[in-house]
Amino acid sequence: MMNWSDALIQLQYNLGAPQELSWLVEGITYFIGAFVIANAALVLALLLIWITRKVISRIQDRIGPNRLGPYGLFQTVADAMKLLSKEDIKPKSADTLSYFIAPILSVVGVLMALAVIPFGAGLIGADLNVGVLYLVALGSIGIMAALMAGWGSNNKYALLAGFRVVAQLLSYEIPMVLAMFAPVLLVGTMRMQALSQAQSLYLGPINLGLGWFVFLLPGAFLIYFIAALAESEQTPFDLLEAESELIAGFHIEYSGMKFAMFFLAQFLNSFFLGAIAVALFLGGWQGPFAGQVPLLGPIYFLAKTFFVYIVIQWIKGTFPRVRIDQMMQFAWKVLVPLVLSLILAQMIIMKLPLPEWINMLLVLVANIAVVITVLNVMGNYFKREQVRSKRAFAPKSLIGTMQPVNSPSGD
Amino acid sequence: MPELPFPLPPLPTVAQVIFILIAVLAVVGSLMVVLARNLFHSALGLVAAFFGAAGVYIVAEAEFIGVSQVLVYVGAISTLITFAIMLTRGMMFGATSPRNRQSGTAAIITVLAFIVLAALLRAIPWPQVGEPITDGQAIIAGLGYAFVNQYVVPFLLLAMLLLVALAGAIMLARDRK
Amino acid sequence: MVPLSWFLILSAFMFSSGLFAALGRRNAIAVLMGIELMLNAANINLVAFWRYGVAPMQNLDGQIFALFVIAVAAAEVAVGLALIISVYRNRRTVNLDDLDILKG
Repeated sequence: MMNWSDALIQLQYNLGAPQELSWLVEGITYFIGAFVIANAALVLALLLIWITRKVISRIQDRIGPNRLGPYGLFQTVADAMKLLSKEDIKPKSADTLSYFIAPILSVVGVLMALAVIPFGAGLIGADLNVGVLYLVALGSIGIMAALMAGWGSNNKYALLAGFRVVAQLLSYEIPMVLAMFAPVLLVGTMRMQALSQAQSLYLGPINLGLGWFVFLLPGAFLIYFIAALAESEQTPFDLLEAESELIAGFHIEYSGMKFAMFFLAQFLNSFFLGAIAVALFLGGWQGPFAGQVPLLGPIYFLAKTFFVYIVIQWIKGTFPRVRIDQMMQFAWKVLVPLVLSLILAQMIIMKLPLPEWINMLLVLVANIAVVITVLNVMGNYFKREQVRSKRAFAPKSLIGTMQPVNSPSGD
Repeated sequence: MPELPFPLPPLPTVAQVIFILIAVLAVVGSLMVVLARNLFHSALGLVAAFFGAAGVYIVAEAEFIGVSQVLVYVGAISTLITFAIMLTRGMMFGATSPRNRQSGTAAIITVLAFIVLAALLRAIPWPQVGEPITDGQAIIAGLGYAFVNQYVVPFLLLAMLLLVALAGAIMLARDRK
Repeated sequence: MVPLSWFLILSAFMFSSGLFAALGRRNAIAVLMGIELMLNAANINLVAFWRYGVAPMQNLDGQIFALFVIAVAAAEVAVGLALIISVYRNRRTVNLDDLDILKG
């Protein structure tokens, strides 16, 4: 399958572009690619916000937006228009440089991930040698943006929220990165396209496309998914902007379009983390008959990614929020040791002088052990919280305090 | 076409234009580190300089180093430095100058050093073109291979150093109360 | 392709600015930032010499040295900043001119 950029370059030469201007031809090609993909992402954000609102309202037994356009599809467009027309406020004592750069940097850091996401065979912006590491490095741009916004606003709550963002993102980056390296170790490359290709399953000559790494590495997938929830600041790890308890977080001083940019970055980030999960663990663009009909590749990829996104919203609608100490403990005392031992076990097993299928079986056993441990820890936590909340809200204790008060003064 | 008194320099290639843009970013960042009065702006300049250096590595086709640079320097070191600035912020808006008494001498020395270095570097006939890199994947594999064969002892020592630094930093910065 | 001298001159500039920050700034954190700039300049040189050296596909020493420098710089910054914070706790200043209690 030809890469889209090669196909486009070939097309331009066929249309009569001179060979001497090869730098111009390549420049036009990559400009078109970047333009299309970045604008598609911005339109996608509108759709994502609509999906979030619809899913959450269904969970809460509401209808959600339904006035503007079919199924309320254009509600987000109207909201974006409203944000655009709002007054753009800059606090008087804000640090101008960092206050203005922070929203731009947060969107740029998220959009840059699009370059290495394989939407289909041959449909990838740039198949970098260091694709997976590149995705990891982009996370640090988001951290810088949060710090700059927190500091630049010159508001102590924004600054504290910025500190919290850094603490959370740095802590969950470690398990996420190590879990992402489980498939990399298996395939022996960091190219996103090669990782997608490796998840095929041949039944005779026909590629069923069902050799997803999630079947072999469920433990790594589970850890990646939990860490990705924290990285995208989604429930149950959304204590950075806990709407019902705190002020909005590090972007409290932002208004209008600059606020919208942080909002956009957050929604796109959770979508792209889902896309990375699909590319690394859920088979990428592979699926039944994707090898025969190339058009099915992008469809499979987008369908899986939207499915993961909807699952994230489902979690958002049903899970309670964790406390910050619980969040940090879960990262450092559960996820990091587990993922470290998982990677170590996988490396040792893959070097054992045994037949390959026994090695794979052992990897699977190690992963299942990790899944059981994580679920056990989470189950214990939920049980404890249930007991605690029952104690706090049991009707019996309420009755005890709700005795009618006999005032001696008689009033 | 009229004859020019001197030959025009050749048009820069795309790679050269990209290098110049990246170099401008790195230079502006370095100057901000040195000259900004607000320490936080110095840190922002440092981030720009780190990004510039990462871009330079990628122009030099050392992708792995470039991405590691962003990951370690921008992700970890800049964040640490920013944290330290915020934790010691009492010092940030002092009335005193950000430079010390010997800064005049230091400025002269460093400007002279740069001029001498630049003149020397321009005078030496360096190679203009490196050998082509055909397989970036093989380089990353080679790096991994070298770390566990030829350089295994330094690699293990490095791991030890990082562990000791981690524990030492926690011990030093801990609030003893 | 970019001439090697461009890399070296950029690195010389970053090294000089780092040197000035290390020599002429009053704040300990600014001095540390200068040291980071100098390490980066050295790294640019290492990578550039690797790229323009003999057989860059086989001879990876330049890149390996650069990776070692990155890792050591991370350790150095962690310990350096911990020292600075510890000093700030005891003396309420990170101004290097004021840290002269060892002066005879």
